[in-house]
Amino acid sequence: MLNVEPSSLQRATAQAPHLQEPKVVAKDVSVYYGEKRALFDVSVNIPDRGVMAFIGPSGCGKSTFLRCINRMNDTIPICRVTGKITIENEDIYDPSLDVVQLRARVGMVFQKPNPFPKSIYENVAYGPRIHGLSSSKAELDEIVQKSLERAALWKEVKDRLNDPGTGLSGGQQQRLCIARAVAVNPEVILMDEPCSALDPIATAKIEELIDELKQNFCIIIVTHSMQQAARVSQRTAFFHLGVIVEEGNTEEIFQNPTDKRTQDYITGRFG
Amino acid sequence: MSTPLLAAVVVALGAIGWLLGSWRSKASVGGKVSTLHSRPGYYGAYVLCWTILPAFFLIVLWSAISPMVVSNMVSSRLPQNVQDGVTQARSLTTSAINTIERGLATLSAEDLEKAAQPNTDVKALLLSKGAPLAINPEPYAVNAALFQLQAKRSSQLLLTISAIGLALLCLGFALFQVGPKLRSRNAVERVALAGLFACSMVAILTTLGIVLSMLFESIHFFGIVPIQDFLFGTVWDPRFSAAGSSGEAGGQFGLLPLLWGTLYISFVALLVAVPVGLFSAVYMSEYASGSVRLMTKPLLEILAGIPTIVYGFFALITFGPLLRDLGAHVGLSISATSVLTAGLIMGVMLIPFVSSLSDDIINAVPQSLREGSYGLGATQSETIKRVILPAALPGIVGAILLAASRAIGETMIVVLAAGIAPNLTLNPFEPVTTITVKIVSQLTGDLEFNSPQTLVAFALGLTLFVFTLALNIYALYIVRKYREQYE
Amino acid sequence: MAVETAPMTPDSALSASRKNEAIRARIKRRYSAERRFRAYGIAAILFGLAFLVALFSTIFARGYTAFQQSTFTLSVVLDQAAFGSSAPTPSELRMADYTKIANRAIQQALGVDPNNKADARAAADLLSQNADTQIRKIVTADPSLVGQTVKVDVLAHGNVDSLLKGQFDRSVAESRRKLSDKQLGWLDRAIESGILTKKFNTGLFTYGASSKPETAGVGVALVGSLYMMTIVLLVAVPLGVAAAVYLEEFAPKNFITDTIEVNINNLAAVPSIVFGLLGLAIFINFMGIPRSASLVGGLVLALMTLPTIIIATRAAVSAVPPSIREAALGVGASKMQSITHHVLPLAVPGILTGTIIGLAKALGETAPLLMIGMVAFVVEYPSTPMDAATALPVQIYMWATAAERGFVERTAGATLILLAFLVVMNVTAVILRRRYERRW
Repeated sequence: MLNVEPSSLQRATAQAPHLQEPKVVAKDVSVYYGEKRALFDVSVNIPDRGVMAFIGPSGCGKSTFLRCINRMNDTIPICRVTGKITIENEDIYDPSLDVVQLRARVGMVFQKPNPFPKSIYENVAYGPRIHGLSSSKAELDEIVQKSLERAALWKEVKDRLNDPGTGLSGGQQQRLCIARAVAVNPEVILMDEPCSALDPIATAKIEELIDELKQNFCIIIVTHSMQQAARVSQRTAFFHLGVIVEEGNTEEIFQNPTDKRTQDYITGRFG
Repeated sequence: MSTPLLAAVVVALGAIGWLLGSWRSKASVGGKVSTLHSRPGYYGAYVLCWTILPAFFLIVLWSAISPMVVSNMVSSRLPQNVQDGVTQARSLTTSAINTIERGLATLSAEDLEKAAQPNTDVKALLLSKGAPLAINPEPYAVNAALFQLQAKRSSQLLLTISAIGLALLCLGFALFQVGPKLRSRNAVERVALAGLFACSMVAILTTLGIVLSMLFESIHFFGIVPIQDFLFGTVWDPRFSAAGSSGEAGGQFGLLPLLWGTLYISFVALLVAVPVGLFSAVYMSEYASGSVRLMTKPLLEILAGIPTIVYGFFALITFGPLLRDLGAHVGLSISATSVLTAGLIMGVMLIPFVSSLSDDIINAVPQSLREGSYGLGATQSETIKRVILPAALPGIVGAILLAASRAIGETMIVVLAAGIAPNLTLNPFEPVTTITVKIVSQLTGDLEFNSPQTLVAFALGLTLFVFTLALNIYALYIVRKYREQYE
Repeated sequence: MAVETAPMTPDSALSASRKNEAIRARIKRRYSAERRFRAYGIAAILFGLAFLVALFSTIFARGYTAFQQSTFTLSVVLDQAAFGSSAPTPSELRMADYTKIANRAIQQALGVDPNNKADARAAADLLSQNADTQIRKIVTADPSLVGQTVKVDVLAHGNVDSLLKGQFDRSVAESRRKLSDKQLGWLDRAIESGILTKKFNTGLFTYGASSKPETAGVGVALVGSLYMMTIVLLVAVPLGVAAAVYLEEFAPKNFITDTIEVNINNLAAVPSIVFGLLGLAIFINFMGIPRSASLVGGLVLALMTLPTIIIATRAAVSAVPPSIREAALGVGASKMQSITHHVLPLAVPGILTGTIIGLAKALGETAPLLMIGMVAFVVEYPSTPMDAATALPVQIYMWATAAERGFVERTAGATLILLAFLVVMNVTAVILRRRYERRW
């Protein structure tokens, strides 16, 4: 009885995400790299507390769109973004908005694990330090421990917090990067193919972790693997050549896609 | 035949061999060149190599060995008392013999015979033939000179005959081999490869030459001045010894004041170069737009291209006096040549060394680390200070060490701007002197080569070389390690 | 968690607003740190550039006057009496008292009574001590001038030169001045009448060493530098290219190759003065090449430049894509042929750029040349690389340490000449790189 309750509750939220106020709303977003246009008027609503997956063939613009959500594209000089993206009704491309604060609210996990060449502890403590989230060493220790626990890494590394983060295995490194992102207490976590550089066992661990995290965060994941999208996400958007072809509940998309291109992609005819 | 002429003859024989070789290869297949293993030119080159290489080898070997043999023969014929004399007297005799021999060499065969008569006044004879001698030759020296001249001439004759003979022999041998089956291209290419290898060995030979020559002269020096007096002495006062007293140390040769000056100035220079260079590098690689970077980077690198003599001159006429006047204004007595003058100017010179290498190293830090930090909401300067610089630290340390090695070995700036007084002082407004300054001052002017006053320059040079070598090897090692980490 | 789920009580709203305040203050601090950091970077770059400007402008301001020299235009009476006959023999021509001829000419031009000994002396002192040689040169070149009066440009003394260039302080008491009031008066008149003018200083480019600033020039030093650069080209380029080709294309990965590589990188960082010591010990003491010869200087600089050329050539050779090599090998060329026919020609611009940069470095190098006795006082042009010679930067060094005021101007002038050479070489290298740079 006790076991059933949270999971049924979870399923309820998962099955009725449209009842919630959307966390992230994109309206007619287009991205240009110099002359080249990479995204064409993309609009999508992303609910809070859940996992949204972006799937599609390589070069379809899913990563580009993901990087618009925390304005990571700002670091590329020739990149230009038009349209509107709001997080909790706040326009993130508003000139008065502080991009540093935005990125503290929208964390990101990258394709290849990229721990800083510092100790495990320092990797996790980095974000809280720059944002001033702790006032004492004890508080910082607590944040680090909690974040590592949330990233399911604490047990493996608690005795060697001062070892370099680059010395961990690939899967552990990626979980460290997740812990690093979680430590800042973001509202949204973006994951750009977080498992593409990992072996199946490490992948399974990360997927389990994503399942845990979705109870507290809005997670947006870009993935190449349709099985992964099916396993971890509640909603899915299918990108193709810079537009969203189809978007909806994951089960529906996979079981009966309305668009021919989606169907072709899912059944493996291209991509 | 003189050696250069002989070499020219051998080369000419080689050219003939080349023509013969390619002609014979064509003849051997009746003009159907395509049936040859290699192009006719390669057969020519094959014969050429055979003709000149053994002969050249012989000439070089002979030229190296024959003078030693001749001088041994000459000195064994000298009177016993001369042979037993002190080194200096022996070297005087040798140079006298050489002078007489050079005079005799200008004489005709008849005059030479006349000179060989025991009662001829050789000095007068040479004077009448337009080759005056500055010394009064001893009879045994004249005999030795005559013998030396004859030995040299017969050695040269022997060399000429054997070298040309060897060249002709090898030419014939190679020509005989020429035929459609001969893999001449492979052979020629093997020779070329050996040549390339030899060229790349020049670098090793140079290092070896540096080490051996300095070690040799330094050991000579430490034979006169004990090594511990040099390494740990605190007084530098190499009085130029009076004539005749050479052989004993005429002064004190303490390294420490020079080493102190060198390190102090280098430290001041790094104090300028490291922050300025590092901040420039960071700004150029992380902040500057493409066009700004395109403009400022070469402009800053001009600083590295300006000859150091120009910096030294600038320090001497403008910067030193300026510092002195500024100091006088605020009540500080700054000498025009001082640690500060030399250090600041040298620091400016080192800016591009630090900034260029640091720029490369910062650029090698993977973009993913930057993104990781931005993704957490770090500002650009936080990313640089907390992620990029720590990640690039080993490489930057390497760059700084390389700059330090430059500073220690720098000569012209300190010669003109640091002063010449060996001073163990902490005051940066006073002049000090450095190892390089003293090498220059010991070796310019009139030298008496075997005195400790000149030999000490080699001991100083060795110290300098060892210091910079250690710094360079370590710095290059960590830079390389760093590069591999991100490749 | 940033988003609290508990209902907002007035108390927690207050603490939340205080928290917001703190966050805002912190953000502000972080941004000002960001601006400060950026400003440090700009300051660092500006510092370097400002120094560059200061250096160049100082040297230019001090040196541009060296390109002009004060000259008297005198009517020189080549009296037959001074030569002994109307058709003097060459030795008579050589031995004539040209100093007297020159002195008479200046005295006449300034209207000074030659019989007043003191005045005559004072007038003669305004001429360069080299004036006699200048007149002798003209007469020996054309003996038919004897008996005529000719217009000759004669160098003025260094003190007169400083006066014309405004470097002379008239307010100093006469006894401590190098020119007396009387002399100044003559000179002012001479300037007015146009016989004392500043002319372009060809002597700076043709003369050799001299103890008098007005007759000192970099001509001899330039020839010495030219010899040395030629030797560097002839020795370092073939050796360097061959070594680089071996290391990049043929060398097996083994201990020897590793040693050579480490060695080359080290040699590039060995202090230049050490190369001078090497030259002294090996080329002069061991091989017996004469001191001060440009051959020794050239060899030393060649060894010093070698690592630069090797490193540049290796970079250029390794930038040629393997597909080119494979294409050549594919049609049956040997490895050596593929390199000499295809790889090296494509690498030529890179090799050339590296060579020019290496040469520029060698041209400005001073310290090793001091070790091998090139600080000699050389008046004659060296006719072979075995003759005593000096080099442009060494000439600068020698003048920089000379006490006389006129030499400061010369030193700066010579520095400008050196910098001009370097600018031309480096600009050539940059243009070459821009024009032939190939992106594979």
